[in-house]
Amino acid sequence: MRIPMSWLREYVDVPEASAREIAERLIAAGLEVETVEQVGAEIVGPIVIGRVLEFVEEAQSNGKTIRWCRVDVGSEHNDADGGRGIVCGALNFAVGDVVVVCLPGSTLPGGFEIAARKTYGHVSDGMICSNRELGLSDEHAGILVLPATSAPLGTDAIAFLELREDVLDIAVTPDRGYALSVRGVAREVATAYGVAFRDPAAVSLSKELAPDWPVEVADLAGCTRFVTRSVTGFDPSAPSPRWLSRRVTLAGIRSISLAVDITNYVMLELGQPLHAYDRALLSGPIVVRRARAGETITTLDDSKRTAVADDLLITDDSGPIGLAGVMGGASTEIRSSSTEILIEAAHFDAVSIARTARRQKLPSEASRRFERGVDSQVQEAAAERAIELLVELGGATALAGRTVASAPVDPPTIELDLGLPQRLVGMPISGETVRSSLTAIGAGFADLPGDRLVVTPPSWRPDLRMAADLVEEVARLVGYEQIPSLLPKAPGGRGLTLSQRIRSRVGRELAGAGFVEVLNYPFVSVEIQEQLGLADERFATLRLANPMSEEEPYLRASLLPGVLTALRRNVGRGNSDSAIFESGLVFRSDPGEDAAAPRPAVDARPTDAQIAAVVAAVPPQPRHIAVALAGNREARGWWGAERQVEWGDAVAAAYIVAHAVGVTLEVTAGDLAPWHPGRCAALLLDGQLVGHAGELHPRALEDLGLPPRSAAMELDLDALLARAGDPVRAPSVSPYPVAKEDVALVVPIGVPASKVAAALAHGAGAVLESVRLFDVYEGEQVGPGLRSLAFALRFRAADHTLEPGEVLAAREAALAGAAQIGALLRGGAGEAAGSGGN
Amino acid sequence: MSAPNKSFDPVEPAALAASTLEAARVDALSAIAGARDLAELKEVRLAHAGDRSPLALANREIGALPPAAKAEAGKRVGEARNAVRVALEERSVVLEAERDALMLAAETVDVTLPWDRSPIGARHPLTTIQERIQDVFVALGWEVAEGPEVEAEWFNFDALNIPPDHPAREMTDTFFVTSPDSGLVLRTHTSPVQVRTMLTRKPPIYVICPGRTFRTDELDATHSPVFGQVEGLVIDRGITMAHLKGTLDHFAASIFGEGIATRLRPSYFPFTEPSAEMDFQCFVCRGESIGNPDKACRTCGSEGWIEWGGCGLVNPRVLIACGIDPDEYSGFAFGMGLERTLMLRHGVSDMHDLVEGDIRFTLPFGTEV
Repeated sequence: MRIPMSWLREYVDVPEASAREIAERLIAAGLEVETVEQVGAEIVGPIVIGRVLEFVEEAQSNGKTIRWCRVDVGSEHNDADGGRGIVCGALNFAVGDVVVVCLPGSTLPGGFEIAARKTYGHVSDGMICSNRELGLSDEHAGILVLPATSAPLGTDAIAFLELREDVLDIAVTPDRGYALSVRGVAREVATAYGVAFRDPAAVSLSKELAPDWPVEVADLAGCTRFVTRSVTGFDPSAPSPRWLSRRVTLAGIRSISLAVDITNYVMLELGQPLHAYDRALLSGPIVVRRARAGETITTLDDSKRTAVADDLLITDDSGPIGLAGVMGGASTEIRSSSTEILIEAAHFDAVSIARTARRQKLPSEASRRFERGVDSQVQEAAAERAIELLVELGGATALAGRTVASAPVDPPTIELDLGLPQRLVGMPISGETVRSSLTAIGAGFADLPGDRLVVTPPSWRPDLRMAADLVEEVARLVGYEQIPSLLPKAPGGRGLTLSQRIRSRVGRELAGAGFVEVLNYPFVSVEIQEQLGLADERFATLRLANPMSEEEPYLRASLLPGVLTALRRNVGRGNSDSAIFESGLVFRSDPGEDAAAPRPAVDARPTDAQIAAVVAAVPPQPRHIAVALAGNREARGWWGAERQVEWGDAVAAAYIVAHAVGVTLEVTAGDLAPWHPGRCAALLLDGQLVGHAGELHPRALEDLGLPPRSAAMELDLDALLARAGDPVRAPSVSPYPVAKEDVALVVPIGVPASKVAAALAHGAGAVLESVRLFDVYEGEQVGPGLRSLAFALRFRAADHTLEPGEVLAAREAALAGAAQIGALLRGGAGEAAGSGGN
Repeated sequence: MSAPNKSFDPVEPAALAASTLEAARVDALSAIAGARDLAELKEVRLAHAGDRSPLALANREIGALPPAAKAEAGKRVGEARNAVRVALEERSVVLEAERDALMLAAETVDVTLPWDRSPIGARHPLTTIQERIQDVFVALGWEVAEGPEVEAEWFNFDALNIPPDHPAREMTDTFFVTSPDSGLVLRTHTSPVQVRTMLTRKPPIYVICPGRTFRTDELDATHSPVFGQVEGLVIDRGITMAHLKGTLDHFAASIFGEGIATRLRPSYFPFTEPSAEMDFQCFVCRGESIGNPDKACRTCGSEGWIEWGGCGLVNPRVLIACGIDPDEYSGFAFGMGLERTLMLRHGVSDMHDLVEGDIRFTLPFGTEV
């Protein structure tokens, strides 16, 4: 809501204060003043009123005609010859017309500086201004010709035309519909400064009048009040006076015609939307009712709309003539020839108007006000005010009739415990303060027994519906800055949950291992999912109804599209060695759950079953974690060569995550897009598949534009977390010495090393402390299709030093275990393998 | 070796003569001092303290002396041998130190060589600031509550006193999942977590709800359709706006610096009543820039205060929908943007940097704890 200060000052005696200071007071009172626009602040005089003495028209070689004028700008500004010579390109004036002249040295809106300058063969000693040049309107068809005035020539036009004006721009929150009016804001200013407020709605109404026009309200819930007043003999050619069009324009509404400007002016002033009908075009009684199926209406914006059953319509015998509270119809609108005018001032139900405006995608100044709540009692005053202006400015005669169709409404009341404001605000607030605050906002009240009041909120405050609303009113008038600061004492908390602690640790450990965290948007395209070959549950199926981009309408079901896109972005920006990770939710749609999520009533706690049904309608959203790597994992340097990223780096990341969670992953060979079919590790936890890691498929990398050998890992972190949390059992540490044995086993290529290690361990039995693979060899010495795996075995007993014979027996047992899966000691039985690391 | 001298033989063996012993001692000490390294010292030890050394030989003669002479001779030999032993030890320490010094000198490397073989990583600054905030509240005894990102409209709007067709629904630009009638949205704030908490726990409730939220804003320097929020919720007996103010003051001071206070301005949110916008004092100029063009402050635009979020007492309608008796309990809630908090605290000027995942931006934040 934009409010010119001069308008505000008409109804409240604002002390001499800068607009900024007033804005601060209003902000403290709860009106969000976004800016104070200083319209015309850059205008500098001398800009004066002048009269055209004479002019000569001169045709120019460029085809234009200019007028070489002499203008009387008052004795103070005239040159020795009693005027000024000014070149003017406009032709819409005559000798004797009163015009606005900016003289050399002045500055116009936009910082346009005026100087005497030579043009079209003359020295133009100033400029005759148009509306637009003065910042008054967009009108630029010619110069501004003022009506005859008693102001002497040479009068400062900046003050005369009110070219400078401070305009408050207030962002009105949905609860404060009354602030969408000069009246509402003026009242707040008066309260904030403790000065008098003159209510513009305090219009004296001639008492009983005969009905103005037959009106039938068929839906008194949707329309609680419908008032009409009319004029006849309106002069359709009468222009809007400057002050009127100026104020409407400054408030942000285009000036259109006198009749329309008047309805907008009254709306801005009182907050009551009005509609003007050409009374001659109405046929039969006005009926306010809900739409019937298929009814259509052409609205003022010339678009034909189909009404829906609960749209509220204004109709007459011809059918719909207005979308109630939203926009009028074209068939009965005021035309350039209209002389008979009927003014409608009605009060409509907020929800009904909001629905219609949204459904018709037609937010209007009227609907904005009705949605937020309009004063339920101001309709007669608003209609009267409009009629007065039509009579005064448009030469019309008021018809002696007034229709008031209304439902009897009991004003709502609220019981207020006088101690409640103090109890909720947390500072002493006396009953007296409560009463004076209620008075200040225009509420009525009466005492009830036991320090209680019954409060009747003012008719313009439909937002005040319960005691807490009144507490806010009291608190804001007392001033939020008075509220003390007191830290509440919470009972002892349990700290972070296990899952929260572990997730933090997982992130720290990955960062410690050189991964940089990214947080991607969850929006994915079909294209990238196809490039990655995501075909299973990882292919997103939850679609947004209104995505930011039609290219990425889906909610991710896997983190891979995001991390790989982020990886490509990094590589593309020259971060060729990048290792990144992301932890976040992925979205899975519940197959067979097509029903809309239920929305139980909120006037009481829904039943447990109802709540469970809402919860169940929310799709599963497991937390995943993913990494992606490209380039070198270890840099080249003076120590030697670089080490390129390889499949194992992705698997290692999975181990880091598992270790941080405190679980052990099992790895088997996997084959799943987008991984390289021969370099994909399937990650299992207690036999359940929880993710994959490895090098990415060369074709996927090419499609994505990622470097060869880039690797990635994705894990269902929730699945891991579900098994976390058992306290670590302390190990028993044997004090006896360790015995080390290395063995090299030959197996066919394709037998997984993990299987051989498991077989060794199984065979070795309880004295085996650990088995660790330390070398892999393929080549001539072992023969084609085979490879040698070298393991370091450590044996130790809990209760004694192992005898050489025991160690030997354990080693043989381990080898026997390996032999069972076809892993044979390299170089034949009994031969010790080469020494290796432990 | 001489036979034991049972009867007194006044003739003392030459080896035990004081002058001989003295000469042997001097020889030995001189040789020890002259040893240039541990190898030479080893030879010196053999020659002057070994079994065949003059002093060792002299020592053997003592046994042949008559008892009366043994004591004195023994003393003389012992003194000489002791002197040699001490000298050897001392020299050995010196030479070992010299050897060690030489060896260490020889092993000297250029420690300015780079050692950046393995990459370093970092968590995202939004993660670390969220944890910092969690830490502030966990220290107060609060807990951290979480919820889903695709959320039922009932949790996101209805239960929060935002009925359908209420203008407040248009305050937030909502992503609808599947269709506008599915009853599912991407949560527009983390308040649905508050609702879930109130429905499943009995007061007293002291929680913060951090998390990702979504609104249909185009990505620009200060907006993102996906952004983080942290909300706080307290439900207890006797909770007042003063408690809200106290909590926010503590929070602001914990994040932006000791002594930074907050300011409340009346505002409107459907789920709180009374409601307030919350500003915190500019942590750069601490208000000194207000009306002071010489001390203009870029951080707060010389306003002295910086908008941080919204707050208020929980609307009784919300309590009722969650089954909490507003006559017995009251509560407050607040919420602010994680990105905004981060951008202010660390001088991040463009939202794109928080969204794009460029490791050059994120790496320096690895030192944030």
